[in-house]
Amino acid sequence: MTDQTPLLLVNARIVCPASGRDEHGGALIENGAIGDFGAHLRAAAIKGRGIDCGGAVLTPGIIDMQTFTGEPGAEHRETLATASRSAAAGGVTTFIVMPDTQPVIDDAAMVDYIERAARATAIVNVHPMAALTKRLEGREMAEIGLLQAAGAVAFTNGRASIADARIMRLLLDYAKDLNALVVHYPEEQTLARGAVMNDGEIATRLGLPGSACEAETIIVDRDVRLAALTGGRYHASTISCAASLDVIASAKRRGLRVTCGAAIANLALTEADVGPYRTYFKVKPPLRTEDERRALVAGVASGLIDVIVSNHDPQDVDGKRLPFEEAAYGAIGLETMLPAALELHLRGEIELLPLLAAMSHRPAALLGLQGGALTLGSPADLTLVSLNAPWRVEAKKLRSKSKNAVFDERIFQARVLKTFVAGKMVYEDAASCL
Amino acid sequence: MPGLQRAPQKTITPVLMTNAFPKTSFLYPYRHLLGIASLSAADIHGLLDLAEAEVIQSRQVDKKKDTLRGRTLINLFFEPSTRTQSSFELAGKRLGADVLNMAIGKSSMEKGETLIDTAMTLNAMRPDILVVRHHAAGAAELLSQKMDCAVINAGDGAHEHPTQALLDALTVRRRKGAIAGLTVAICGDILHSRVARSNIILLNALGAKVRVIGPSTLLPRNSSTMGVEAFTDMRRGLDGVDVIMMLRLQRERMVSALIPSTREYFRFFGLDEEKVKWAKPDSIVMHPGPINRGVEIDSWIADDVRSVIREQVEMGIAVRMAVLQALAQHLPND
Repeated sequence: MTDQTPLLLVNARIVCPASGRDEHGGALIENGAIGDFGAHLRAAAIKGRGIDCGGAVLTPGIIDMQTFTGEPGAEHRETLATASRSAAAGGVTTFIVMPDTQPVIDDAAMVDYIERAARATAIVNVHPMAALTKRLEGREMAEIGLLQAAGAVAFTNGRASIADARIMRLLLDYAKDLNALVVHYPEEQTLARGAVMNDGEIATRLGLPGSACEAETIIVDRDVRLAALTGGRYHASTISCAASLDVIASAKRRGLRVTCGAAIANLALTEADVGPYRTYFKVKPPLRTEDERRALVAGVASGLIDVIVSNHDPQDVDGKRLPFEEAAYGAIGLETMLPAALELHLRGEIELLPLLAAMSHRPAALLGLQGGALTLGSPADLTLVSLNAPWRVEAKKLRSKSKNAVFDERIFQARVLKTFVAGKMVYEDAASCL
Repeated sequence: MPGLQRAPQKTITPVLMTNAFPKTSFLYPYRHLLGIASLSAADIHGLLDLAEAEVIQSRQVDKKKDTLRGRTLINLFFEPSTRTQSSFELAGKRLGADVLNMAIGKSSMEKGETLIDTAMTLNAMRPDILVVRHHAAGAAELLSQKMDCAVINAGDGAHEHPTQALLDALTVRRRKGAIAGLTVAICGDILHSRVARSNIILLNALGAKVRVIGPSTLLPRNSSTMGVEAFTDMRRGLDGVDVIMMLRLQRERMVSALIPSTREYFRFFGLDEEKVKWAKPDSIVMHPGPINRGVEIDSWIADDVRSVIREQVEMGIAVRMAVLQALAQHLPND
């Protein structure tokens, strides 16, 4: 509440992927905005409040562009309030809620509802992504213009892929006039029919029907061709295999307005993690092989994959405590996305700057949001994360209302210490109060 | 049929008798039997040796033992089954257990009771051993985590059917003396078959060479990682094999466009007089039953001397008695 008193963070590793800055220094938070930052800010400069960051990484607040919540319609799984506490604990200062709610976010009033509910209850920034088609049925176009005017940051069909190529073409064409971003989960539904995990050795051994990478690549390929045809802005929400990356790479080479994302689960885990029918690892897109995982990490490193998303999808115990084929899809991820991603860096798989870029300024640029970079005068959305403070994930203790965590019992080296939204500290790690 | 004899009605004298296997103090290492994948070659042989004794037991006038006296065995079948269920029922009864058969129809599943709810209800009835068949892969594993009793997987989706593989192995071992070094061809819908999966794992564990034969739509895409050689030409696949295992073709396979028709399937993958000649002259023909005469197997081959299909049924009871006794080693006594 004492946001008026300037707060100085010193002895931090300032990492700003937007400017390529990675230096030792400090940052000044003034009136909820970034007042100053850089190597010249040292402990001696502390006059009012000051925090010694102990060399931890101070970076623009993490932006997650794919979060499913249960509000409205399934508040027992997750509310905007609980999701936001989970986000804050994971260093996420902005998340985008997906329109897969009950009712669906396919009406301007729903966009308004989400924004008001978030303002009233959430402790981080929340923006809605609205439905591309009414009720997410993939048949009738939603009111893209009105939804955009109400504040929808992009348009998606959520968990469901649009099967009808003509509808997809029309959506891209229409959205282009409004410069709206079309975000699409690529899955050829007939090819993936009945499938519950990756089509591979593990599925064969477990006797489970598998979905081949081709089910994804066929749709990415179709969509890229339609994006070329219409000139629309297209973003493949979560891709999971090298073949789809090739399609994206060739689209980018041709200068098409095509981007893509990858879910943290697909960057950190493989089909082998499914082990003995562990339903928490039943996710979409399915966890693939180690080769595909490495290709995805390389894609993030090269910038071919633009964003990393948590793909946070809370499911209750009843939906998961079923035989694998019948269990619900999805895993929570807001609180573990950043530590799990940093684990890739600490294992030497990827540099820090491209990794953080995919969770800060790139999603911000894609969605036209403030933040994602250290800029003087912009809201002080900041994440302070230590790269050397091991902790063990305990699903029970995670702040999400649902506990379907794929990283349960994992030990991470990286730990979020503090999260600031507009200069206000919304999370502080209890064990490491500095 | 010319040149072929009817199978004798009398049961075939086993090549190997119980005494051929020295009695060892075999201790089954697990609480449950969920699949062959977790068993070692020694575990498998241990179970087969136990089963040999039960073959003798089951051929006596008084077939009853009291190993499981006072114990309760529940047969929980979410899929209809006549053979496997009655085989487990007889096995349990011959060992002196009280056997309860529960067939869970589609209707009760539609009422919304989940597998876990059913398990909790049954758990309260304090069974000692639960035999379960379910249409979903991994269902037995899930139940074993929630139940206090021993769980036997009697078939879970397209995953495993361990007692079927064990009874097949017992049948082969008695006919051929040993399993190591044999070449076994499994023919038919490998992709959707739990019997095939369990047999592939078991035969590999015991050192047999395994081939799978079928159209590509019914074969797993990554056969080599399963330790099998895949053939889409049945003649080449049967060339020189010691054992032919036929699988039942499910009628649904036509509906889901995996094969065009039963007559085309029979033409290329049905076991008939011409194709069976490619196997070794002393090869045996197996089938888990129930057979589709004229779909996957020519009627007279099913009744030919090579056929051990009825012997498999007899071995089924012996193997299940052995498994029940093996699990009984770990049941609490007070």
